Amino acid sequence: MAKEKQPKAKMTKAQKTAAIWGLAFVAPTMIGLIVLNFYPIIDTVYQSFFKTGDFGIGNVFVGLQNYQNVLSTSGSVPFWSALLNTFKYAIIEVPFSVVLALIFAVFLNRKIAFRGGYRTIFFLPMVAAPAAIAMVWKFLYNQQYGLLNHLFGTATAWISDPSIAWISIGVIGVWSIVGYNMILFISGLQEIPHDYYEAAEIDGSTGIHQFFHITIPLLSPTTFFILQTRIIGALQVFDLIYMVMDNSNAALPSVQSVVFLFYQQAFTFNQRGLGAAIVVCMLIIILLITFILQKSEKKWVFYN
Amino acid sequence: MESYALKKRVTQVIIHAILIVASITMLVPFLWMVLTAFKTVSESTAINPFVIFPSSWKFDNFATVWQSYNFFYLYKNTLLMIFFRVVCAVLTATMAGYAFGRLKFPLKNFLFSLVLVQMMVPSQIFIIPQYIMVSKMKALNTIFGLVFPGMVTAFGTFLLKTGYQGLPRDLEEAASIDGCNIGQQFLLIMAPLTRSSMVSLGIFTAVFAFKDLMWPMIVCSNATSTTLSAGLAKMQGQFSSNFPQLMAAALLACLPMIILYLIFQKQFVEGIATSGGKL
Repeated sequence: MAKEKQPKAKMTKAQKTAAIWGLAFVAPTMIGLIVLNFYPIIDTVYQSFFKTGDFGIGNVFVGLQNYQNVLSTSGSVPFWSALLNTFKYAIIEVPFSVVLALIFAVFLNRKIAFRGGYRTIFFLPMVAAPAAIAMVWKFLYNQQYGLLNHLFGTATAWISDPSIAWISIGVIGVWSIVGYNMILFISGLQEIPHDYYEAAEIDGSTGIHQFFHITIPLLSPTTFFILQTRIIGALQVFDLIYMVMDNSNAALPSVQSVVFLFYQQAFTFNQRGLGAAIVVCMLIIILLITFILQKSEKKWVFYN
Repeated sequence: MESYALKKRVTQVIIHAILIVASITMLVPFLWMVLTAFKTVSESTAINPFVIFPSSWKFDNFATVWQSYNFFYLYKNTLLMIFFRVVCAVLTATMAGYAFGRLKFPLKNFLFSLVLVQMMVPSQIFIIPQYIMVSKMKALNTIFGLVFPGMVTAFGTFLLKTGYQGLPRDLEEAASIDGCNIGQQFLLIMAPLTRSSMVSLGIFTAVFAFKDLMWPMIVCSNATSTTLSAGLAKMQGQFSSNFPQLMAAALLACLPMIILYLIFQKQFVEGIATSGGKL
């Protein structure tokens, strides 16, 4: 009996030591997350009920007034139009960058000359600062001196005509992210077992038939992952719009995004309460979209 | 058989044609940035005739931009921010990832669910309180202010946890028989085996910090205390019609990362591809 008890007691001692080490190892991260992320979530929600005081005056509790300003169409913040702009940006960026990336990935997943070179080129924008990319594109789009108008022989106001500026911004977004999506698609393609294609080949099916009946269904987990992260990412667009659109740009109201409004209110106008209300509304919308995407996953994503 | 080979040839040509057109589209903005950076102002705004190549390849624009926009400080600040963020992220995430992946301790599932929740929340929601904290600590316009939100990483913890879970089970048993305590097992045996995850996290952290625009604009508004990204935003605001100088500045800001990418391509692609779309 005593012999049996001893190892058991030793186990609990070992478990205790493991528990202490475990807690010690997660402590820096958990303390950091609480201070840097979880307290800020609560504080942002709290601040969204206050009007930020001018110099020397503290914050004033205003109840739901910030939310009224954000959500009512007569409020001081054009939230709904910014939300619409953000969706418009996403509708350009997400489908085009995903479809083009898939096509490039399929091309580059086979044996083809200069494969590595193409991949290097497509991925290049991922390591460039968006601030620099935006400056270059702004110059390309310049109505008088820009390369684009010269090449096409046009005089288009790419980024100051409200009816097309949102497309021009979306094009920069597609250009920036297509290589990244492509890399993810390529690693997804490499996980598809080769047997499927061999079997299809024996049955005499064409490349296009194989693409729609083997590649697309078996790639759907990757496609879902890319779509989800790109949709959420596109809804947080800020850098491109901030860098490309001057404050004096007539097209700004039809391009500015939700995060742009947030930055403007919280840090340009120092209305942190309003900024907090904007970002809380955005959080709810993003969580809602995440939830819908997760629900839709079972409908069309095919897992082996 | 011959027609099959011909058909294959034609397909190859079409694919190359598409890829070449796409590659040119990807490269033109970079080429135009380089060409413009060497031009004079009048060359960059000439319309009739349109000037493609600069008449002489002089570095005047780079020298001017370097001098008048404190590029030395921008590089220094960016480098220090990246260094400290990478060290902090890899260190804390390796420890936490090991604990979540290999050890049993109380509240483990609850604490890990906090990690997952943080990853789902858009980062803008943290920014106002983070700014207020930095401001209260009198750390505006400091390197510490730049590093502050990146001291720990939920995503990195998740990544390293996955790395540790992939290691074989009997490693620790062998080590504990050899008389290693958990700290020694971690440092000497386990951590070195997750080197590739650490490299991925390090590269991801570096590129993310390098590209970030909003946070450095908020906490470092001084021209000598900010980063390359935020410095460019400031420059553009100050003068927007000297295209050669703007392009020279953009090129100076991008070049170090592009060179590193061309050298360490494989690690870069892996590191950024594992980032789960957070970039």
